[in-house]
Amino acid sequence: MGLIDHSFETNIVTTSLDTVVNWARKSALWPMTFGLACCAIEMIATVSARYDLDRFGAGVFRASPRQSDLMIVAGTVCRKMAPVIRRIYDQMPEPRYVISMGSCATSGNIYNSYSVVQGVDRFIPVDIYVPGCPPRPEALIAGILRLQEKIMKEKVFAK
Amino acid sequence: MQKSVVEKIKADWGTVVSLKEAFGEITFSVPRARISEFLKYLHEDSALDFDHITDLTSVDFPNEEPRFEVVYQLYSIEKNHRIRVKARVPEDDCTIDSATHIWQGANFLEREVYDMMGIVFNNHPDLRRILMTEDYDEGYPLRKDFPVEGRGWRDSFTFLDGQKQS
Repeated sequence: MGLIDHSFETNIVTTSLDTVVNWARKSALWPMTFGLACCAIEMIATVSARYDLDRFGAGVFRASPRQSDLMIVAGTVCRKMAPVIRRIYDQMPEPRYVISMGSCATSGNIYNSYSVVQGVDRFIPVDIYVPGCPPRPEALIAGILRLQEKIMKEKVFAK
Repeated sequence: MQKSVVEKIKADWGTVVSLKEAFGEITFSVPRARISEFLKYLHEDSALDFDHITDLTSVDFPNEEPRFEVVYQLYSIEKNHRIRVKARVPEDDCTIDSATHIWQGANFLEREVYDMMGIVFNNHPDLRRILMTEDYDEGYPLRKDFPVEGRGWRDSFTFLDGQKQS
């Protein structure tokens, strides 16, 4: 808010349209319920009472990709699951974001085997990588906060 | 209790089967051609009464002949005794009779052995891959000569064809 801040009546703030839109988007990130392995347990813990992801507006887990903004890929990605993940990603409306949660989704972790994809970024784009095996809820929250920072830097109207 | 099981099988089968005892567990090795007959006997004999198949797996011995070994772990719920049965399967004729007509529970177990080791079960009602996708064509992943990283399937994303990655 700049020089003209106090030129109007009270209850009026000045800002840019981009900031408002980005603020709205980052404040209501609806993640998709998508747990693949043990990381899902930490993701569930992150949403539950003790860590309460709702404080950051990202606690409304949806069961449908069509209602979601954010896919948290939580766990080992098997090759058999890959087409399913891609289809779910394609079904999400834009703007959409992906967090790769844990070492497995990021790089395959120790599972250098015939059935495990060596990182989910091989077939869908990833915005934030959260390291850990599994990451603690604090780490996932940190990842979501980083994603929110990233969203705030987006250009929606002014390109 | 286990002793009577061993004595009975020995008396009924003689030299057809060979016994190995270790750590209080009994294991019988059976020629592949008679496995179905032997398992049926274990299941139907009222003194043995092996009514439950705990597990059915296979082992690959790449430097031995015959190369593969199918292993049955059986249990009698009624009599509370256990037995292990083994049968060797050669690589060039990689087949063995199915046990599904004796224990329904063998169905998925045999499908898994087929999927992972490539052993074909004769007279199986629905012998398809169970863990890998049905169009998987790289071979049988748990064989010892199969590379751990596979043969490129994990990195081939055919479903992305005609789609740009964005």
